[in-house]
Amino acid sequence: MDLGQINPLLLLASLMVAATPILLAAIGEAVVEKSGVLNLGVEGMMITGAVVGFAIGVNTGSPAIGFVAAAAAGAALSMLFGVLVLYLMSNQVATGLGLTLFGLGLSSLIGKPYEGLKAPSMAKWDIPVLGDIPILGPILFRHDPMVYVSLIIVAATWYVLTRTRAGLILRGVGENHDAAHALGYKVVRVRLMAIAFGGACAGLGGAYVSLVRVPQWVEGMTAGAGWIALAIVVFASWRPWRVLLGAYLFGGITVLQLNLQAAGAAIPVEILAMSPYIVTILVLVVISLRGNHGAPGSLGRIFHATH
Amino acid sequence: MTGDTRHQNALLTLEGMTKAYPGVVANDQVSFSILPGEVHALLGENGAGKSTLVKMIYGLVKPDAGQMTLRGESFAPVNPAAARSSGVTMVFQHFSLFDALSVAENISLGMDNPPDRRVLSARIREVSQAYGLPLDPHRVVGDLSAGERQRVEIIRCLLQDPKLLIMDEPTSVLTPQEVDILFKTLRKLTAEGTAILYISHKLEEIRTLCEHATVLRLGKVVDTCDPREKSARQLAEMMVGDTLHVPSREAADPGPVALSMTDVSMKSPSEFGTDLRNISLEVRKGEVLGIGGVAGNGQDELLAVLSGEGRAQTGAITLGGDDITLLHPNARRARGLLTAPEERLGHSAAPDMSLTENALLTGAVREKLVDRGFLKWGRTEDFARRIITAFDVRTPGPDNAAGSLSGGNLQKFVIGREVLQRPDVLVVNQPTWGVDASAAAAIRQSLLDLAHHGAAVVVISQDLDELMEVADRFTALNEGRLADPVPTQGLDVETIGLMMGGVHGETAA
Repeated sequence: MDLGQINPLLLLASLMVAATPILLAAIGEAVVEKSGVLNLGVEGMMITGAVVGFAIGVNTGSPAIGFVAAAAAGAALSMLFGVLVLYLMSNQVATGLGLTLFGLGLSSLIGKPYEGLKAPSMAKWDIPVLGDIPILGPILFRHDPMVYVSLIIVAATWYVLTRTRAGLILRGVGENHDAAHALGYKVVRVRLMAIAFGGACAGLGGAYVSLVRVPQWVEGMTAGAGWIALAIVVFASWRPWRVLLGAYLFGGITVLQLNLQAAGAAIPVEILAMSPYIVTILVLVVISLRGNHGAPGSLGRIFHATH
Repeated sequence: MTGDTRHQNALLTLEGMTKAYPGVVANDQVSFSILPGEVHALLGENGAGKSTLVKMIYGLVKPDAGQMTLRGESFAPVNPAAARSSGVTMVFQHFSLFDALSVAENISLGMDNPPDRRVLSARIREVSQAYGLPLDPHRVVGDLSAGERQRVEIIRCLLQDPKLLIMDEPTSVLTPQEVDILFKTLRKLTAEGTAILYISHKLEEIRTLCEHATVLRLGKVVDTCDPREKSARQLAEMMVGDTLHVPSREAADPGPVALSMTDVSMKSPSEFGTDLRNISLEVRKGEVLGIGGVAGNGQDELLAVLSGEGRAQTGAITLGGDDITLLHPNARRARGLLTAPEERLGHSAAPDMSLTENALLTGAVREKLVDRGFLKWGRTEDFARRIITAFDVRTPGPDNAAGSLSGGNLQKFVIGREVLQRPDVLVVNQPTWGVDASAAAAIRQSLLDLAHHGAAVVVISQDLDELMEVADRFTALNEGRLADPVPTQGLDVETIGLMMGGVHGETAA
């Protein structure tokens, strides 16, 4: 084994890229769950975003338009979930699982003609001055714009949830939907908007996989990233900055174990491959042991306006 | 004051308010008026239409017909925000609070144009001091006591400078001292010209507080009166429209100890629950022990540790002299310890299952409804029918889902289910919560009869009048501790209040 092959700078830089899809999906799902809805269809919305983003990106030659289309596709698919769950009162767990299966099938259908094509490349931003800082420059400031967009979304989510009235109403709806309704808030409307945001974020995350990370279309290419995003939301106690920590931890260990495999480390491949899952869950569990960070009170419960 | 002058000076006038739901007319041509600075009581049994009526005033329900006039102008709120901006606010029966949010955040959610958070916190402190309801704006609501939680609701209303304050069962969770504080606050408000529409089942309170009462029965206004000039019994009979049966008890000598707890402690299984601390008590055969206390002081936990759902961490529980501390619920049932928890839907009964199936759930062991793992449906249905007949449960038949019954009928069913199994010890929590007067009287009578036939009965309740009526001895839970039981005879309200507030020692005198 030659650990000298592993370049720590490259490792840290690729960590952010590896974590971005999960981060985007998880921050969207955190908002959805904060509003009291459990959407298990993240994987389905991600893969749909991946294929739509790729197809539009290839056809227009512009990854940016691809990302916008992916967000729209994820949001559109999530609205299917929203209507079923909020208006037709279907079971959230079953509907979410159904959405994942539907998304996987739909993406295979759309993606057939695009197999083997290459995505239009996305220029990296060489941020002047900041990008020239030794060590920090290459790690933090020489990425594609989507990495920064994802960080802005996390910061904005934190700000809106904790500092604004809209965020307070969203938390109220998720905490006790009957009380929110009694005070005159539109529970269904708030939740519908949260679900759409979650769908758009999952779509962006999926498109990041197909347009930047891989970058081509392969059937089932999100490979469970949506499920990891769901787990991270829970273990991060529904807090935006902890979602960021969890996603980067997962991305970091994924990149590290790939490097270790390439360097021929004397650890069984299976153990290396499962290490990101185990380490992420362990760290977030240890963090969430302290204090009270319970789930939103109305999470997963069907809202029935009785009046 | 005559009807006409009431009408002219009214703050709010209701005329011909009607609302029908499929199969039931909740309100039928309801008309009355509320004067400024008046405490106006709305009386009626469960299902009389009080909740629907106030929801129409608060903009939560759209009336089918009728009109309202507020300060001379037509008033038809399309939503609660519109009602609030016209000066109508409401304190709910089941608190509409958000456990995980802070006091300030909760209050902010109930306002239409809340000020900046720092200004709001200062305003909360200021108003809460002015009305004698101290409150820290930064505490998390889930950690507050029931009385403090109600303060949050009231202050949320006061900050909006209300003209009319609607209160739905505001005192059901308060200690007598907290009720006094609340009444002082309300009198202060009425002195400033605010009108209060007050809904309560507690007739004595209505007699102390209210100046005018409107009585509803089956959605119609049947009477109006000045409650200060009527007795509680007269008010109850106006509501029921019939003479009221008052439970009677026959004196019996208490027998040997049936159930005892020695130094029992248990950690609460729920996050916002109360741990039980060193609880000791003895209940004798033929005796009814009443356990009072404000909600959330360990009532659910006490029932759980007795039923076997919870396991005591320390201490011992004995039944007829045998140690049952480690036994499971079914083993305890087999030995004659039966329980009926507070929550009807989801705890003492499964709402989506039929009455027959619900009868099986607790009756399987003692009524021998299971044979080598197979269910005996015939026997079970007979058992369900027996409960329905003996306890006058109004339902088309035992095949109906438990959730389709009204609260009072379902409560009669779950209490009857335990009583008919001839328990040696029966523990019930809130046996008449949200049950109308006649059903409540029937349930209390059945508990007294059970004790008369030699069973030991433990009644956990927040309704002090109920405990005074049925219990031989009284004690109270406070923060998971139990006061020393005292005889109910000759007990005064002040002692009870001290016991509920957790002041011990002085009560022995």
